[in-house]
Amino acid sequence: MLLIPCPWCGERDEPEFHHGGEAHIERPLEPDQLTDEEWAEYMFMRTNPKGVFLERWVHQSGCRRWFNLARNTATNEIIGAYKMGEKPPTSTIANKQKTATVSNKKPKGVR
Amino acid sequence: MKKYSIFSLARNAFKFHQDWEKAWRSPEPKKNYDAIIVGGGGHGLATAYYLAKEHGITNVAVIEKGWLGGGNTGRNTTIIRSNYLWDESARMYEKSLQLYEGLSQDLNYNIMLSQRGVLNLAHNLQDIRELKRRVNAIKLNGIDSEFLTPEQIKSIVPMINISPSIRYPVLGASIQRRGGVARHDAVAWGYARAADARGVDIIQQCEVTGIIRDGGRVTGVETTRGVINAPKVAIVTAGHSSVLAAMADVRLPISSFPLQAMVTEPVKPILNSVVMSNAVHCYISQSDKGELVLGAGIDGYNSYTQRGSLHIVEEQLAAVCLLFPIFSRLRIMRKWGGIVDTCPDASPIVSKTHVDGLYINGGWGTGGFKGTPASGWTFAHTIARDEPHALNAPFTLDRFTSGSLIDEHGAAAVAH
Repeated sequence: MLLIPCPWCGERDEPEFHHGGEAHIERPLEPDQLTDEEWAEYMFMRTNPKGVFLERWVHQSGCRRWFNLARNTATNEIIGAYKMGEKPPTSTIANKQKTATVSNKKPKGVR
Repeated sequence: MKKYSIFSLARNAFKFHQDWEKAWRSPEPKKNYDAIIVGGGGHGLATAYYLAKEHGITNVAVIEKGWLGGGNTGRNTTIIRSNYLWDESARMYEKSLQLYEGLSQDLNYNIMLSQRGVLNLAHNLQDIRELKRRVNAIKLNGIDSEFLTPEQIKSIVPMINISPSIRYPVLGASIQRRGGVARHDAVAWGYARAADARGVDIIQQCEVTGIIRDGGRVTGVETTRGVINAPKVAIVTAGHSSVLAAMADVRLPISSFPLQAMVTEPVKPILNSVVMSNAVHCYISQSDKGELVLGAGIDGYNSYTQRGSLHIVEEQLAAVCLLFPIFSRLRIMRKWGGIVDTCPDASPIVSKTHVDGLYINGGWGTGGFKGTPASGWTFAHTIARDEPHALNAPFTLDRFTSGSLIDEHGAAAVAH
């Protein structure tokens, strides 16, 4: 079970949350200008990386607020949460990726 | 390949079973092939077999990172059925079931197909209406399907609790009597042995690390055992479809989730069919060893970890104990996770890509095992002819651009 750090409530158990898929997918500003390919990209195509993934969660049974999470999908290690509208913690992610490739240790974020 | 028969069994019994020939070779990879199949699971091996058998293309390599059938082929709950609502899916899965019905003879390998019937339960009025509608739709596609009353269910599955006073009472069910289970490892091994006998090279412990392109064309793959060239490369790597596709800059509409399954300690025969429920969400059958094989829904977040969270297990065991109170005494022996690649419409992709010579088969979600033969059969056609067969023509990658989705979400009798 994941222990998820809600930016408002602190660490809580995974069943309190609901996953909202990939983060930072921007709604098209001029939808009537979009080609079919661009619609497909917006609606359906996903990065689905094996590694650090930027995703949305909602603290459904808590403060009911949405936030973003950086999590490694290969280990479930949680790198950090950040609020909606904030930039992802790129430096932490870069550091984590470096240590992950060097040490290849057991995952930490799973409890 | 020496044929398996009662005589070969007897002959080998006299030799204390020390003299069986290997089921398939383990050749060194050649430099060039006509086609490379990335992924040695059931779907990949079936693709190789039908390429050789139906299309005469035998200069083929199946490249597997680990061992044969060690991914989702060895992790599923082995249920086979073709009771799908939409015409496209019904045709695909019915083809699959028909191939399964003749597969043991075709491969000369006992895949232990047991057509014991698959029941989908209804727990409220809306479920009943929906199931009846589906039963009729399935019948219109020429596929067997019936609606059962609680008493009829009880006569087939004596252990089930049909008391009207439980939280989610059993009010009816649909049944596909030709549905059932098969031995999942045997499906992979049978296809591997039969493909190998027709000249396909099966290369295990060899990971594909890159897909080589020249202009818009595929020319081969980089692997941990060197570069292997082929004008056609087929990706059949359930659980890693997006990772492999990204090597060729192909974007997929796939998200990967963990799906957990488990078995109980083995007991004497107690459950003679497959019981599935969408509302309380579990599916359960008994293996030939006597273990009850249980599964349910996916964990709700992207992951490649092949494990999931305990509260998902708790929910599905609660569902099983509601339907079968007697099973609450059983202990769980093993639990595991597999990674399922799911599409937004819960239907697979068996398709060409925008890269010439690159083909992809994936996104089968939680229901890939039942599709194994038809998946391989249609994918082999797609690779050999460079165009899809009528059966998999609706399952292209282009459907996400054209909008003609095959929306099996909620239509597939169980969450899918």
